[in-house]
Amino acid sequence: MERNLTYIALFAALIAVLGIVPKIDLAAGVPITAQSLGIMLCGTVLGAKRGALAVLLFLALVAVGLPLLSGGRGGIGVFASPSVGFLIGFPVAAFVAGWVMERTTLSVGPAAWAASVIGGIAVLYVFGIIGMSVMLGKTLSEAAMLAVAFLPGDALKTVLAGFVTAAIAGMRPGTLLSRA
Amino acid sequence: MLTLTSPVETPFHRWPAGVKLALLCMYTVWLFAAPGLGWLLASLAVVGVAYGICGWQMMQQGLQMLRPLWPFIVIVGLWHGWQGDWLGGAIVIARLIAALAAANLVTMTTGLAPMIGVVEWLVRPLSPVLPARRLALAFALVVRFVPVLAKHAETIGQAWRARSPKRPYWRILPPLTLSAIDEADRVAEALRARGGVG
Repeated sequence: MERNLTYIALFAALIAVLGIVPKIDLAAGVPITAQSLGIMLCGTVLGAKRGALAVLLFLALVAVGLPLLSGGRGGIGVFASPSVGFLIGFPVAAFVAGWVMERTTLSVGPAAWAASVIGGIAVLYVFGIIGMSVMLGKTLSEAAMLAVAFLPGDALKTVLAGFVTAAIAGMRPGTLLSRA
Repeated sequence: MLTLTSPVETPFHRWPAGVKLALLCMYTVWLFAAPGLGWLLASLAVVGVAYGICGWQMMQQGLQMLRPLWPFIVIVGLWHGWQGDWLGGAIVIARLIAALAAANLVTMTTGLAPMIGVVEWLVRPLSPVLPARRLALAFALVVRFVPVLAKHAETIGQAWRARSPKRPYWRILPPLTLSAIDEADRVAEALRARGGVG
């Protein structure tokens, strides 16, 4: 019980830190926020239920006014911004990534990559595109064109999520709760 | 850790958090139901007046917190300008600004404790599966461990720089994640040794 709680809380903190750590150069000289990588890791490391709860905890703290989103954003205002769909999709993305991770029999690295693509891109973008279409008054296909701008960065992050999850599995196999 | 609550004491600080949040919900729903640009501009003016009541410093801070919106305003402006639909563009932009400004005002005039009070009230129906005490502990753990993990990230980055002329690369991510996992294990043990989460 204690372990569930602390894993959920520490991964919520990890999402925040990945958003505020300044300039991790993910690829040669391109500083991109690793926050959505944190969402993917919640799913691939903690599994569906705990991963989604960690993301929900993170969002609750953002909503009550802590500036934990990348760029120091926070407060209820972020749920009134055009990217609200992505925020609502975050816990679902973590859940789906964890669900895929728990069910596939692939080895850890490729499984985490596939889970991140399905959860962190396919599912997340559905929410994000609907959100932008509502907030910006655009059709779904127009909003989808805007979302494509985030695709290269997120594709890279799915690969990193695979590497990081495989590294965790190598160093602390017992803590990979999605495969426990 | 800093919250986004404004240190400037305003009349709105004394309003109950639940009332402010309920008003904000109604206001945001209204923004999407408002029949035309005139109504939206009037709604925007209401928020402007509310900021005005709070004084000059709050208005400046409020404008600063609207800054993340500008890429979207540029995109919407270009898009509608290209299509010649200026009215539609103005409606979308006015709605975006009003919704974000109002929400930011609630955040800036409400402290962390009353906000958490509202969250506790909201999750009360879930108390058989999620006792309020456990939620409060989870909140406290995150608030405490964000700076701890940020410190770990910095240490790992320094260790990287000691060994490499290149800037920290994605390779600091596995040790950072690992530090979160190890910290979670230790905190779980410590909690259990002190009687558990109950």
